[in-house]
Amino acid sequence: MIVIRIITCHYPGRQWHGGGACMYTQGLNEAASKAGAHDAAGEDSALLQRFEARIEAEEKIEPKDWMPAAYRQTLIRQISQHAHSEIVGMLPEGNWITRAPSLLRKSILIAKVQDEGGHGAYLYGAAETLGVSRAELIDQLLAGQAKYSSIFNYPTPTWADIGAIGWLVDGAAIMNQIPLCRCSYGPYARAMIRICREESFHQRQGYDIMLKLARGSGEQRRMAQDALDRWWWPSLMMFGPSDTASQHTAQSVRWKIKRFTNDELRQKFVDFTVPQAKFLGLNVPDSELRWDAAAAQHRFGPIDWNEFQQVLKGHGPCNRERLAARRAAHEQGRWVREAASAYAARHAAAAAAAAA
Amino acid sequence: MSAMAPGAVAQDAATRDAMARVTTEQRVRYLLRLADTGLILAQRLGEWVGHAPAIEEDLGLANTALDLLGQARLLLGYAGELEGRGRSEDALAFLRAEADFLNVTLAEQPNGDFGDTIVRQFLIDAHQHELFERLANSADPRLAEIAAKALKETRYHLRYSSGWLVRLGDGTEESHARVQASLERLWPYTRELVEADALERAMAAAGIAPEPAELGAAWSKRVDAVLATATLRRPADVPFAWYGKQGRHSEHLGHLLSELQYLQRAHPGACW
Amino acid sequence: MTDRADWPLYEIFIRARGGLDHKHVGSVHAADPTMALEHARDVYTRRQEGVSIWVVRSADIVASDPADSDALFEPARDKIYRHPTFYDIPKEVDTL
Repeated sequence: MIVIRIITCHYPGRQWHGGGACMYTQGLNEAASKAGAHDAAGEDSALLQRFEARIEAEEKIEPKDWMPAAYRQTLIRQISQHAHSEIVGMLPEGNWITRAPSLLRKSILIAKVQDEGGHGAYLYGAAETLGVSRAELIDQLLAGQAKYSSIFNYPTPTWADIGAIGWLVDGAAIMNQIPLCRCSYGPYARAMIRICREESFHQRQGYDIMLKLARGSGEQRRMAQDALDRWWWPSLMMFGPSDTASQHTAQSVRWKIKRFTNDELRQKFVDFTVPQAKFLGLNVPDSELRWDAAAAQHRFGPIDWNEFQQVLKGHGPCNRERLAARRAAHEQGRWVREAASAYAARHAAAAAAAAA
Repeated sequence: MSAMAPGAVAQDAATRDAMARVTTEQRVRYLLRLADTGLILAQRLGEWVGHAPAIEEDLGLANTALDLLGQARLLLGYAGELEGRGRSEDALAFLRAEADFLNVTLAEQPNGDFGDTIVRQFLIDAHQHELFERLANSADPRLAEIAAKALKETRYHLRYSSGWLVRLGDGTEESHARVQASLERLWPYTRELVEADALERAMAAAGIAPEPAELGAAWSKRVDAVLATATLRRPADVPFAWYGKQGRHSEHLGHLLSELQYLQRAHPGACW
Repeated sequence: MTDRADWPLYEIFIRARGGLDHKHVGSVHAADPTMALEHARDVYTRRQEGVSIWVVRSADIVASDPADSDALFEPARDKIYRHPTFYDIPKEVDTL
């Protein structure tokens, strides 16, 4: 018998910590606000007060603890969208496994994509602690009802795209994920800690690819520049639109699911990444990009949010293909999963009969 | 007397004696057979990542692919050194033509469905298990070392593939029918695994490779045991045989190499 | 679209190194316990993080109820004499 210990200790001395940005909640806001509105009317305000006090005190909320319905729903959607993103994210990079240009690069890419599958597994596991099954979540994704990060709806037509994804997309993801390690919900925070530890090589291998290309032949340099041209703006869009307008943000911040604003993280990403591009000798495709010495920040051009909205709605270059690939994998694997279950059931029954 | 390759492990008299009975070219060809089987099989498994029946199987198949790729790299590196023409693991993997690849034909067969992949994997895992177990005592110390490491990995691969073969064979009516059909389709390629040729006989005589008949019998026994548990019927042997290990491949290898070698062929001399 | 036979959830406990306890690291789905061990190995030990794996069906885990946490855990709080730091041992006696 295993007894799971629930948090009991109380330590004062709060710090202002929270979760991450909108990357894994693209399209989430509306639904969660609806849940919040219903919630305020129905739930015991004393329980809610105690819950919020625990959060203030930096306590972790664990699976069987009382939590407001809106907290549970927000987390289920955010964690599952994050999980879906990892699984779908295996596809654009998986596209180059068979064509990786050296055996070492092939090994690294397989290991990276394998990690992404693993991250998806950890995150579905975390979501399941909130009372939803992985099968349900997967069904929602395949039915087109769930969202995942828009970035994975872009194609990887060249090898340089693999470099750009590691450098920019994983770079942006890391920026979002580190604050999530201190999210108030225990299982999500722990999954994020595990993910962050594994993620460190992902960005480095991407930058390493870009470095080799940038220092290579003329064709390789052009390949690298072309990839940067195509991945720069979608990477900035990963952080989500400016959240000044969202009332949902305030609640997420109060419940320590969200820590920094989308704009803050995006700015930080730009400031880190522009010098990295300079070092590669590549041009960032933004004619308005300049260094603002007074603010010690880069100023950059406007983002095409219409493109972002279209991709979110399913009209990006690869949305249909990505979902079709996941549906095919699921459907074509059904007989396999059923066989395993049938085998297990027959042998469990036989074992029970033998023991009787 | 064959020339000693640079970096060869210090050898005793018995080993030197064994090495003297085969040419360097024979030793290189034998190593390439092992290396290429691992490389080509890893390439096939790499196609599955992101498309497996469950996330955990994506990870399991990727794990096997990574192990096989690691083994291939060690073996290619050794072969290149022995050959002494300055060919690196990548030069060997990306710049040889079809007829110079020496993998068994079974390894290059397409993935098909999960059942086809598991059958292909099991048949090769069972062979590699017996092979590496015996190669760990090879008169070639470096090969013995590589084999000993590979054996640990192969034990897990065999556990994984036999486990799945049993679940599919003894699962549902549909899975049983499908995987029996996979077995019938792939069985003709197993003759190459058990039938020794001149190179294998020479390497065995030199104490570098295992005695072929004994190896073949061990493989057959292991396969029979798992097929029985899986409630699958062992197909009849067919007279027709393939000789990928001699560079005579099915049509599939050409397409596979087009993908594998594309970037290096398109950008000669480039660094990645 | 849901499978007629979903694989059950297993909780995974791993001993990272000899001498340490098994620690809960997460969960996997598997059709049977043997598969669960293999899945746990493939999902949770890719970076040499384990020498031993325990898998337990999630449905078999019995957990204390957070509502009872006061009754279960409060009484231990005032028996602080169970903790070594409760005792002021003179510095001269440094072997205790």
